[in-house]
Amino acid sequence: MAKLRLVRGNTACAYGAVSAGCRFYAGYPITPSSEVAEEMARLLPRVGGVFVQMEDEMASLAACIGASLGGLRAMTATSGPGFTLMQEHLGYAALAEIPCVVVDVMRLGPSTGFPTAPAQGDVCQARWGSHGDYPALVLSPAGVQEVFDLTARAFELADRYRTPVVVLYDEVVGHMMEPAALPPVGELEQAGTWRRPSPPVRARYLPYAYTDGTPPPLVSFGEGVRYHVTGLIHDETGFPTVDPAKVGEMLGKLNRKIPEVPAEGLEPELYATEDAEVVVAYGITARAAKAAVKQARASGLRAGLLRPRVLWPSPERVLRELASRVQAFVVAEMNCGQWGREVERLVCRTAEVVPVNQVDGTPLAPEAILQAVAEAGGRTGCGVAAGRTA
Amino acid sequence: MIADVRGYLREARMPHILCPGCGHGIVLGALLRAVHALQVPQDRLAVVAGIGCSSRLAGYVDACTLHTTHGRALAFATGLKLARPELTVVVLTGDGDGLSIGGNHLIHAARRNVDLTCVLFNNAVYGMTGGQVAPTTQPGWLASTAPYGHREPAFDGCALVQGAGGTFVARGMAYDPLGLEEIFREALRHPGFSYVEVLTDCPVYFGRYNRLGEGPELLWSQKARFTEVGQMLVQKRFVSPDGTAPPGRVDGLQFGILHRAQRPEFTRVCWGRAARGGGE
Repeated sequence: MAKLRLVRGNTACAYGAVSAGCRFYAGYPITPSSEVAEEMARLLPRVGGVFVQMEDEMASLAACIGASLGGLRAMTATSGPGFTLMQEHLGYAALAEIPCVVVDVMRLGPSTGFPTAPAQGDVCQARWGSHGDYPALVLSPAGVQEVFDLTARAFELADRYRTPVVVLYDEVVGHMMEPAALPPVGELEQAGTWRRPSPPVRARYLPYAYTDGTPPPLVSFGEGVRYHVTGLIHDETGFPTVDPAKVGEMLGKLNRKIPEVPAEGLEPELYATEDAEVVVAYGITARAAKAAVKQARASGLRAGLLRPRVLWPSPERVLRELASRVQAFVVAEMNCGQWGREVERLVCRTAEVVPVNQVDGTPLAPEAILQAVAEAGGRTGCGVAAGRTA
Repeated sequence: MIADVRGYLREARMPHILCPGCGHGIVLGALLRAVHALQVPQDRLAVVAGIGCSSRLAGYVDACTLHTTHGRALAFATGLKLARPELTVVVLTGDGDGLSIGGNHLIHAARRNVDLTCVLFNNAVYGMTGGQVAPTTQPGWLASTAPYGHREPAFDGCALVQGAGGTFVARGMAYDPLGLEEIFREALRHPGFSYVEVLTDCPVYFGRYNRLGEGPELLWSQKARFTEVGQMLVQKRFVSPDGTAPPGRVDGLQFGILHRAQRPEFTRVCWGRAARGGGE
């Protein structure tokens, strides 16, 4: 039975991982993510898992990919500069289709930046950080309980789609304390060492032969099936190919495999979006945005909130549907407008897109968002009910 | 009688990508004969490789094969070995892959003493990218990025690995495949991190640029340049399980099994602690 405990987001992250069967962690220290590593170092030996502090972030994700091929659910956690170093192996895991989970606790960048003030500046890096075209699956929790829930779900998604899954949250979510339902360590200990079950292979294993748009389940190395894994473009056998028809087919399938809502319960949260304006926000900013929306409605402004739980793939269907009836989207984020560009692309000039950006190392306050809502309402003339203004 | 190891090869993947005269195939042959001699089941054999000509060999071995990114094969292999301690994990890397871009992973794999057998193909050049200098290129040698002769010193991978705490360090040469096979057997048997650096040749980008001839001439030049070593190879003095035989030292490079030590192996350390429920 899970018990409510007052914990940090980073602690909840480790518990979410272990409760989902994660039995391998390889990482490199970096604030504000280090508590994830420290918690994993405490937990994993007790549940029949392995923790290893690697020599750098490239090695960390490489070791996770190796362990995952060996059948262990594997995770690493980092922050901006380390996330940048991991991009090569995120691309590798995406192309070689090896499941793994990467947690990025965002701090203000670029470069060493402002350690360790909160930011949401890795949103585009999480989507486009590695070279080439590849699918990205990026989850965005907004509170401690949700860090637990989404980290646990990340492992299920990584296995189902055979892809790296990024759990992306900001420093505030990582360090703030809230009550969260965590399983007791004793319960986790009973689960013991857990390996991803390998499907039986009757004839020849074709590790990249898709069925209904999805790759086959991964057979672990050491299970009596010999095959090849490479970061070269390969055909369904896993061996490299230079045949343009096969290369195009493979990359096409790869880039189409993750649906907009990758699993049940991962739809965006919609709050009071039935009319007028919609504030779009994620992570800790969504908490401020919700407060702003409530204040707006209390003062007669017809505003609602769209909070994506999955940042990538972006909630295209929901955004386009909303765009057909609302006047303005206020996109609040702690960066210079990274996800706002995606909103602009999707609503495609059918509604006004108002960015609310802040990159000073402090979290966005409800007041700044409320002001933008009021101004947008004043411009469109539709955001204001009964002639009242904020 | 040399064992037939074609059963360890994916013959359907042939012809291979290596150039005529390349020494890499000789090294792989010696490695597979050692694997065969130790009766490692193919399902229990994992070959992990980085990027470069030597790393492409992984795809031709009928085993669990993992062709990774440039320089990082040892980090992937560390994760795999920790997840599956029962696998025999061999890492194939080149001198650029393992000593330049992957140097950090090499010293830390040695320090941890993970039970991996790392085979480093040293041809003193970046072959796949067209003949640029490597950290093993000697001063004065010509390369596509050293048209007037290389201006940097080379370094000794074996000394590096030993310094980092590697528990089995050896150097062999493609010129002597039988001796190499014996080194590989010892390396595979060693319960810890084993490092075998092999001098091999690149006739296309090293031999041609330095006017040293084709594959056979390059292999003969290994013998000629390392006469003293050749003598040692003939006498099999270089295989010394107790590590007492003096290694040969010519041109600043030592040959044979250069270092052996016993230290706790990392996989066992990790799983030992895991099995004890985290108690110290």
